[in-house]
Amino acid sequence: MGSGRLYAAVAAGGFRRYATYRAATAAGVFTNTVFGVILVHTYLALWDEKPHLGGYDQAQAVTYVWLGQCLYATLAIQGGGAEKDLMERIRTGEIAVDLYRPADLQLWWLAGDVGRALFQMLGRGVIPFLFGAAFFPMALPARVTPWAAFTVTLLLAAVVSFAIRYLAALSVFWLMDGMGVNQALMVTGIFFSGMVLPLNAFPGTFGEVVRVLPWAAQIQMPADVLMGETSPLRAFAFQAAWAVALLAAGRLVQSAATRRVVVQGG
Amino acid sequence: MTGSESGFIELDGVEKVFEVRRKTGFMKRERRQVRAVDSISFRVASGEMVGYIGPNGAGKSTTIKMLTGILTPSAGRVRVAGIDPSRDRIRLAHRIGVVFGQRTTLWWDLPLIDSYRLMHRMYRIPDARYRENLDRLVELLGLADLLEVPVRQLSLGQRMRGDIAAALLHDPEVLYLDEPTIGLDVVSKAKVREFLRELNAERGTTVLLTTHDLQDIEQLCKRVMVIDHGRLMYDGPLTGLHEAGESERTLVVDLERELPPIEAPAPARVVRVDGPRQWLAFPAAESAAPLVARIAERYPLVDLSVREPDIEAVIAKMLHAMEDNRGDDRGDNRGDNRGDGREGTRGDHPGDHPGDTPDDTPDDTPKPPPERATA
Amino acid sequence: MGERGALAEGVRAYRLIAGMWVRSSMTYRASFAVTVFGNLTVTGLDFVGILLMFSQVDSLGGWSLPEVAFLYGLSVTSFGIADLLLGSMETVGSRIRDGSFDTLLVRPAPVLAQVGADRFALRRLGRITQGAVVLGWALVSVDVDWTAAKVLLVPVMVISGAAIFSAVFVAGAAFQIFAQDAAEVQNAFTYGGTTLLQYPPSVFGKDLVRGVTFMVPLAFVNWVPAAHVLGRPYPVALPGWTAYASPLVALACGALAGLAWRTGLRSYRSTGS
Repeated sequence: MGSGRLYAAVAAGGFRRYATYRAATAAGVFTNTVFGVILVHTYLALWDEKPHLGGYDQAQAVTYVWLGQCLYATLAIQGGGAEKDLMERIRTGEIAVDLYRPADLQLWWLAGDVGRALFQMLGRGVIPFLFGAAFFPMALPARVTPWAAFTVTLLLAAVVSFAIRYLAALSVFWLMDGMGVNQALMVTGIFFSGMVLPLNAFPGTFGEVVRVLPWAAQIQMPADVLMGETSPLRAFAFQAAWAVALLAAGRLVQSAATRRVVVQGG
Repeated sequence: MTGSESGFIELDGVEKVFEVRRKTGFMKRERRQVRAVDSISFRVASGEMVGYIGPNGAGKSTTIKMLTGILTPSAGRVRVAGIDPSRDRIRLAHRIGVVFGQRTTLWWDLPLIDSYRLMHRMYRIPDARYRENLDRLVELLGLADLLEVPVRQLSLGQRMRGDIAAALLHDPEVLYLDEPTIGLDVVSKAKVREFLRELNAERGTTVLLTTHDLQDIEQLCKRVMVIDHGRLMYDGPLTGLHEAGESERTLVVDLERELPPIEAPAPARVVRVDGPRQWLAFPAAESAAPLVARIAERYPLVDLSVREPDIEAVIAKMLHAMEDNRGDDRGDNRGDNRGDGREGTRGDHPGDHPGDTPDDTPDDTPKPPPERATA
Repeated sequence: MGERGALAEGVRAYRLIAGMWVRSSMTYRASFAVTVFGNLTVTGLDFVGILLMFSQVDSLGGWSLPEVAFLYGLSVTSFGIADLLLGSMETVGSRIRDGSFDTLLVRPAPVLAQVGADRFALRRLGRITQGAVVLGWALVSVDVDWTAAKVLLVPVMVISGAAIFSAVFVAGAAFQIFAQDAAEVQNAFTYGGTTLLQYPPSVFGKDLVRGVTFMVPLAFVNWVPAAHVLGRPYPVALPGWTAYASPLVALACGALAGLAWRTGLRSYRSTGS
């Protein structure tokens, strides 16, 4: 399959591009670890006060923290992945070149972003997670099946994360400036992904709403699958549904946007 | 201290050694010392315009950085206007102007005039003098219509002129230019060069410029210094450089029709023929005029242009020629064509007048510039 | 030029350059409004997190919501001031990489002032604003017997805290001269520091509190003096006068950071990297 190989090459390119910043990666590992240590203590105090908050015990809350640190850069929770380059290309008009490429625009950028995510996880995510596992009690499964299911949720989470950011980036076709969109991505990403607090610890109706938004597919779902808090199939269905819906929306907006470019003459 | 004897810019045995750490394997690093500038000595008198050229990575910008106080020399002595740049950076800053060709110091989003107002206040330029300088620079550089335009909307050439004005508002005695014409169109290049000539003639501003454009040097500088591998390889008039490099220019001639190769007077000769177009090589130091006149007289000429030798090629040729000459008896051939430009800079070389140079200047290093043979 | 003269020169250059950046940002008014709002919202998320926690519990580490809000307000306001004044220093590394750092060295002004004022952005008022609002609410809500000394301690904390965080920014910038690509390490101490100080010290392990008290003395931004104001025990035994020691700690941090910066700059000028 020729096109499969094309996208694999694009993904490899995304991986390599981020792999060149070694000192930055090391610095990121350090900073993520420090933030992890701070958050673990505040969560422990919270769960100390209210055990079984959100259905988690203390070890699960700790696991959630380190998983969040692991996935923060991986899923570009506060932005800064493929959408950043895409916005720049739209702003400068270079996007017109991409449109003439014999490849699908959305898949092209998705592949690159998945490559980036893979590097960020291996480069920045794994070490803080291992640090957490070494120094704090964590609730990690001993069997292989949850890990396998977890891996699938990670892949789906990467797709949902990309689909959200892709949609946001396309708005630059109309706004001509990504500043506000980036801010919005950052705020929603941090808050609704559960970086501030696990979504299952959000109170009342607000909590129920937050848990069905697409951002719930990013950290909450992988965490719950890893720790056996939800059935893998339910998580897959939830993530896949959002992935399909958001990617489809992205295509719709994309075709409207490209019509615009064609009308404007490039 | 800044008398003409000692020079306005003085370098004595200046060295800059960098420690480079290189990855040699997984987690293995190798430390290596790189001599970016290796015992360089020269003098530049007040009011001179000097070209400072050399291949990429030869040590040009390192030298400029030491002259402007950005870098501290590892050894040797630097004085600019009697000031030690590395120790008295701020005092020096008031007396020098610096233009980095590829990096604007103007404020991108603000009208050009705003950048000048900042210079006015940052350099504490007295109001009257600021106004006078601004008016003069605006006139000479043709900036009148651009003052209210945001810098981001200026063309590259306009921005360069804007940058040059910014560097001169505080009346610096010396101007360092790093690739001032890079990327500019022909008209902008001409404007910049003309301005620099006027500046030098009118104000006596000392100018030191690095460039890849041989025309910059040809049209502006009587004196050229060539640096390679951190060492000063040549210091003398441009004609000497051409001779040293045995460099040639190319005359591209478009004839009315295909003809056999033009019979040109030696040493000029046809090097290529392609239909009605012919290429003739002739010595760079010679004027093209007699050659052109002669061809025009005998051949049906449609168009012609002169291609300048590439500066890198000239330098490479020159360095190569020096390799070959090393150890030879370098008698007379080069020193003779030093021309008038040399006169003003005679005392500028340590070694020319051993008595002038401090004792600690190592001047027995094996890198004699060609013209020293006749000293 | 003595130290005094250099300081005055620095402040003057800082104001000139910061003014240029403000005018630059005003050329895009819509973007400016959006970023001020964005800054306020992003930086306010931490407090939303605290409110969410307190929607589930009545106290955290034994501290009530107004007490945690007091810590939060002090930490965020003082950090916000430092971020406004010197936050852009985290771009020193990229300025060195792209070579534009050199252009600062040929100007007749202290480099520290020029770097500090680089990309000065009023949008950072967003953080200060929300921090100050929370602090104001906390001041009227906490249960404290206010004495003159305790009232005076509040502005002292904000100013000293801003000075301590400023010192961290300067030290971080000095570090970047040696490790240009490792700018993010600085975030652990700046953003990490302000996050840490938003929560009661009792939440953290004793070793961590000791480190933050004696090694990187961020505890003097708010923990130590605030514990005194609120009448809460501090997890690490300290003599009583330390509650008022923040200005001294700030001075010491500033001196050390200045030394680090000077060392960094000297190293840059001798190594060119």
